[in-house]
Amino acid sequence: MTSPTAVKASRPNPGPPREYHFPRFERRRLENGIELVVAPVTKLPLVTVAILSDAGSVCDPAGREGVAQLVAKLMLEGGTTNSDGAELTERFERLGASIESQADWDAAAITMTTLSEHLPAAFDLLSEVLRTPEFRAREVERLKAERLAEILQLRTEPRGLADELFSRFLYSASSRYARPEGGDEGSVAAIDRDQILAFYEGRYLPGGTTVIVAGDITSERAEELTRRAFGSWTGGKPARVVADDLPARRERAVHIIAKGDAPQSELRIGHVGIARNHPDFFPVNVMNAVLGGLFNSRINLNLREVHAYTYGAFSGIQWRREAGPFVVSTAVKSDITDAAAREILSEINRIRAEAITPEELSLATSYLDGVFPIRFETTSAIAAALAVLVVHGLPEDYYDQYRARVRSMTADRLLEAAQRHLHPESLQMVVVGDPAVVRSPLEQLGFGATTLYDTAGNPTP
Amino acid sequence: MRIPIDTFSLPNGLFVTLSEDHTAPIVAVNLWYHVGSANERPGRTGFAHLFEHMLFQGSADVEANEHFELVQRAGGTLNGSTWLERTNYFETVPSNQLELALWLEANRMGKLLPAMTQQKLDTQREVVMNERRWSMDNQPYGTWMERLPALCFPPEHPFHHSLMGSMEDLTAASLDDVAQFFATYYTPDNAVLSIAGDFEPGDARRLIEKHFGDIPRGAGKPPLPDMSLPPLFGGWKREVVPDDVMLPRLFLAFRSPAFGTEEYYAASVCGAVLGLRNGSRLRRRLVRERQIAADASAFTYDLAKGSDLLVVDVTARPEVTAEQLEQEVADEIDTIVRDGVQAAEVERAVAVIQTSFVSSLQEAGERADRLSLFATYFRRPELVNEEVSRYQAVTVDGVNAFIRERLGNNNRASLLYVAREDGPGELVGAGAAAEER
Repeated sequence: MTSPTAVKASRPNPGPPREYHFPRFERRRLENGIELVVAPVTKLPLVTVAILSDAGSVCDPAGREGVAQLVAKLMLEGGTTNSDGAELTERFERLGASIESQADWDAAAITMTTLSEHLPAAFDLLSEVLRTPEFRAREVERLKAERLAEILQLRTEPRGLADELFSRFLYSASSRYARPEGGDEGSVAAIDRDQILAFYEGRYLPGGTTVIVAGDITSERAEELTRRAFGSWTGGKPARVVADDLPARRERAVHIIAKGDAPQSELRIGHVGIARNHPDFFPVNVMNAVLGGLFNSRINLNLREVHAYTYGAFSGIQWRREAGPFVVSTAVKSDITDAAAREILSEINRIRAEAITPEELSLATSYLDGVFPIRFETTSAIAAALAVLVVHGLPEDYYDQYRARVRSMTADRLLEAAQRHLHPESLQMVVVGDPAVVRSPLEQLGFGATTLYDTAGNPTP
Repeated sequence: MRIPIDTFSLPNGLFVTLSEDHTAPIVAVNLWYHVGSANERPGRTGFAHLFEHMLFQGSADVEANEHFELVQRAGGTLNGSTWLERTNYFETVPSNQLELALWLEANRMGKLLPAMTQQKLDTQREVVMNERRWSMDNQPYGTWMERLPALCFPPEHPFHHSLMGSMEDLTAASLDDVAQFFATYYTPDNAVLSIAGDFEPGDARRLIEKHFGDIPRGAGKPPLPDMSLPPLFGGWKREVVPDDVMLPRLFLAFRSPAFGTEEYYAASVCGAVLGLRNGSRLRRRLVRERQIAADASAFTYDLAKGSDLLVVDVTARPEVTAEQLEQEVADEIDTIVRDGVQAAEVERAVAVIQTSFVSSLQEAGERADRLSLFATYFRRPELVNEEVSRYQAVTVDGVNAFIRERLGNNNRASLLYVAREDGPGELVGAGAAAEER
């Protein structure tokens, strides 16, 4: 290999960057409370419409977890007064529209992308969906059964199982976040059609609805279509539901979910993080890029490229209105599970102990700054970015300020963020793996008290 | 909707396609090497993919993992992937960083070997073994990726063996294999370079000539054996796989016309009629109406040599047995063979395909990748602009002719995953059985 000095000399230098700004958008509120956000982007003859409702999983009634996701799916699958679910699907798809309806923790969203020529027809269909859903009993029962099948499938799916049980062990039993977004066996089975209707009537209201339109359309035309579709919709505004984000425990613990003969351990290590609106969002995000957010992050280089323990290892914060999990995720060969956990812990400790190097800082900031335009190439990506703005109530100029704020980060600021927001003493470890191989080494690791569970998450001796 | 396309070749055989689009300051660089797992020799399964990992381990002027670092520092995204017939490498970067991406790709095409070491190979071998465990061995149904081609292609056929490779073959791979594979396949005359996005064609051409122009042409690669196969399996091949799964799942494959042929488009539309999105026949019938399936979909492998596969993928609901699942899916397919599908179903499928195709072209990386695809397989990148019309030209009669010819029980191969009865402790592969009828 050539020396580093010679290497640098042969590298091409970039030309001056061309200017880029996040697509201009307009926000306005209709008389009935619906908010309209329009970003005209005339690259290809496509439009994405995303209709957000304040009807995320945090709104699930206690004991009926899963209602929000069922309702979101049923908006399409359950049909409307005019069309049953099959006909409704057919009407969208004959237009070529791709459409999906789902709920995450903070909001429900119906998202549709169509060629612009079909937009008026598609808008009319969306109006029908939002305003006259029918929740046919047969489809309610079917979607419940499909969710139960999904829950069953998870028992043998190590990645999903690790994610789900990690949340359960992370949050206090009183927190909605401790239970799966889609609900569990008991709560889904307990949901009936009346509760579905009540949830729809209580949460899908014009005052809690935002229509986002991104793509080949003018603001005037988007407003005209929105008024035609939703202008006469009446109703109030649902009350905001705030999730409890309390941790289950303050001290470290190891939770082993037994999957006999597993050739790998699915490993999750983390704790309750911070909310999306926390003032330290930027320093935490950039700090995480260095820790485990990028391919060349400390955790991935250590676990994958130095030790060859894994195909990949990453860390991240799941950004929610309240504090979502901070989690390091990886899958490692079973017999080195303890060694991998030790390396992860040492990286978390190291980033709190000393300032990151200037090279690491500039890699993270120049990546997040430079990649910004690449994140918004599609109408659906632009609509999704606007949805983040709406759901989290971010400032209007958030995307215009984003790159400068990233560039303003310093090593000291990130060190402070790591010390303030990473809590090695509270880490929870979840391992889905073969207890015969992983249990004893993990106990010897001294990470924390170790408990064994079956794949349903019940403690076993 | 048409995208602009320019092509030229360098004297060393590198085929270049360019597609300008100045809407955002973004440019995608995409390189396809016409080599995939099909080109592997016996005893070295998984090598093409292992080699793809080695291409991120540096070259004469780039340190290990520095490729990732330089592109990310430039504000770009990158990756590579390996398939049966090709291996691709791609970056999307801010447009002022075009030269960096070209330089990096040229450096590893021209000067990979000085950077290769035994330690790097050993590390990546372990990484790939972990990738195999993660994506296949420790994932319910994960082995379908190697079992289905093995079932559908005869043992001597280049598409038969595992793309990910066996642990044994991965262990046997040596630095000599790396050197030989590189010299044989990673040559400019076996590659296509596509650039899409914000660039000036004159600049791009000058930079390509500057960085790739001196790389010598290869000595030629060994020809693949005859890839052609009879149009039908000639029966119903069956394999039952006991696995650590909760629900039975069926992969039902049909031998189908090679990617890019006129008949391929009928097969592709048939796949969409059967299993693309919620309005498709199998979703409607098996998931919504009969409620015997938790999910159903269909796809083609898009193999351009010899013949392709059309695959129906259906997961049972908890109360449905594996035998019922196979029977119900077979009954649905038999009904379609007997009665055909309706014009409205074909129209729905074509409309959905068209929208998703146009959607995908929003991304510079996707544009460049499609250009590379059509350039690599057919030397005709301009086929990108014919995709929509070729799909629109498919008629219900064409789809039904395909169905009558190819969906009968003389052309089926089923891979049926069933819950393992003997509980944990038994290796998955041990109980697998194959039969043909």
